[in-house]
Amino acid sequence: MGKRVGIEVSLAIAEAAKMADVDVIAAYPITPQTHIVEHMAEIVANGDLDAEYIPVESEHSAMSACLGSSATGARTFTATAGQGLELMHEVLYVASAMRLPIVMAVANRALSSPLNVWGDQSDLMAVRDVGWIQIICENGQEAFDHTICSFRIAEDNRVLLPVMVHCDGFYLTHVVEPIEFPTQEEVTNFIPKFKYPLPLDTSKPVSMGCFAPTFIYTEAKKAQEVNILNSKKIIQEHWDAFGKAFGRYYHPVESYRTEGAKTLLLTLGSFGETAMTAVDKMRDEGKSVGLLKLRLWRPFPYQELRKAVGNAENLIVVDRALSFGGCGGPAYSEVRSALYSEKNHPKVVGFVAGLGGRDITVTEFENMVKRAPQIANTGAENEYEMFGVRE
Amino acid sequence: MVSKSDLIEIRWHGRGGQGAVTSAELLAKAAIDEGKFAQAFPAFGPERRGAPVVAFDRIDSTKPIRLRAEIREPDVVIVLDPTLLSVVKVTAGLKPGGILIINTRKDFAEIEKDFGKDWKLALVDANTIAREILGVTIVNTTMLGALLKAMPVVKMESLVEPIKERFDRIAEKNINVVKRAFAETKVKE
Repeated sequence: MGKRVGIEVSLAIAEAAKMADVDVIAAYPITPQTHIVEHMAEIVANGDLDAEYIPVESEHSAMSACLGSSATGARTFTATAGQGLELMHEVLYVASAMRLPIVMAVANRALSSPLNVWGDQSDLMAVRDVGWIQIICENGQEAFDHTICSFRIAEDNRVLLPVMVHCDGFYLTHVVEPIEFPTQEEVTNFIPKFKYPLPLDTSKPVSMGCFAPTFIYTEAKKAQEVNILNSKKIIQEHWDAFGKAFGRYYHPVESYRTEGAKTLLLTLGSFGETAMTAVDKMRDEGKSVGLLKLRLWRPFPYQELRKAVGNAENLIVVDRALSFGGCGGPAYSEVRSALYSEKNHPKVVGFVAGLGGRDITVTEFENMVKRAPQIANTGAENEYEMFGVRE
Repeated sequence: MVSKSDLIEIRWHGRGGQGAVTSAELLAKAAIDEGKFAQAFPAFGPERRGAPVVAFDRIDSTKPIRLRAEIREPDVVIVLDPTLLSVVKVTAGLKPGGILIINTRKDFAEIEKDFGKDWKLALVDANTIAREILGVTIVNTTMLGALLKAMPVVKMESLVEPIKERFDRIAEKNINVVKRAFAETKVKE
């Protein structure tokens, strides 16, 4: 039996990495990720975990060190946020293309300028195409669970891909809340130490991530794409195993009170909980409203999304990131595109909301549901708007 | 904001470095140890020593808390530092009939002159208690005792483990300030 603990989510993420018995942590502190790596450093310094903590001088170096350690077969963990994720950007592509099963917690944060350290998913959306598996958490329990489970996904020989576990900065990372901790034995059984199939080894030299001229680059990228697409069913396999072991089941798209709903909200991350409360309130008032929550961002769950949307007439996608000069928020664009070929797809309306840590309350989700039909019916060129802007 | 629930929402007012965030955390941990659902979190703003800060608690004894936004209409407001009363509108959004707990030497009549009679007042001279027991006027744990007197959101014994974990060598003194504040806090219905 595990125990239920009141703990700050950042510390719980570090505890999860400790229970995963990671071998190497290379990280650079940055708000709002700081408490994760501070606690990780403390755990290693206190001798509670036999691991190397590499204090690097930047996030670019952090991810570069992770490449090296993961390539030797060491279980490797890191964490970052906002500008830090941007600074490691080019190295992220190398990790996925070299099939290195690194797990990284990201405390999602706004991007400068103007400087803002608060909760926002602009950093998440900026790394959309780097080839990592990307999971978005809604609360502290999910952040803890997915930190553990992601090692099992990443290290599966059929997958061998790095995984980002996204947790909204402050809204998750800085909240003390109840989290169910399993026992160490349960975690060890769930993610036993793995053997990387072709590690860097001086006695058996291998070459990794080398040069690919035109005649082979496309094929290498195709192989990578097939690999991440195929990972989707394996991710679900491991989430099912996690559910069996720990009693909490996860899916690429989660539905909440969607039965017969004419209007659906779709959220990513910590918006989901407040939106659930808003849906409860609207349902009590007899409104036909439900909620979808996108948990798996990469690989994108097209089929699951289409199924979850069902026969809804209106779908409201709430992005916490902006695509400047684009066709709406990043999640909105993708969701709309995923539904376009469906015969009876709903009207899809997008809101960009809560940038730079601005609160989105129950009332504001209700207001989105009221506002959406007006936008949908005018058929504006871009059927989205920035929500709650003072003008 | 949310009806039909046992949800209690608390806002702490202090100055950076006075431990308002720590108080909120200790309270949430005590509630969670009792099997309740709780959240504690700081206001998401710049942190500077000495500047006015706020921290929040949500406690629900029956169901998980599904809200991720700051508390705008608290049931309880706790003021750690009497000098904030003229600087910050501490009663902003406080529900009618809500509880206002202040560290002050003033009596009910004086406080009511400034804040009216819309709130249930609880007053304690936390500075004196903290100075005498802890040797410093850091009143965050003292004000936990005042809170429990005004509203028994958790059992006093549930605070013991979180305080021990947080304060180690000076845990016992912090438990003593909670007890003394509980005894000395005056509550006006």
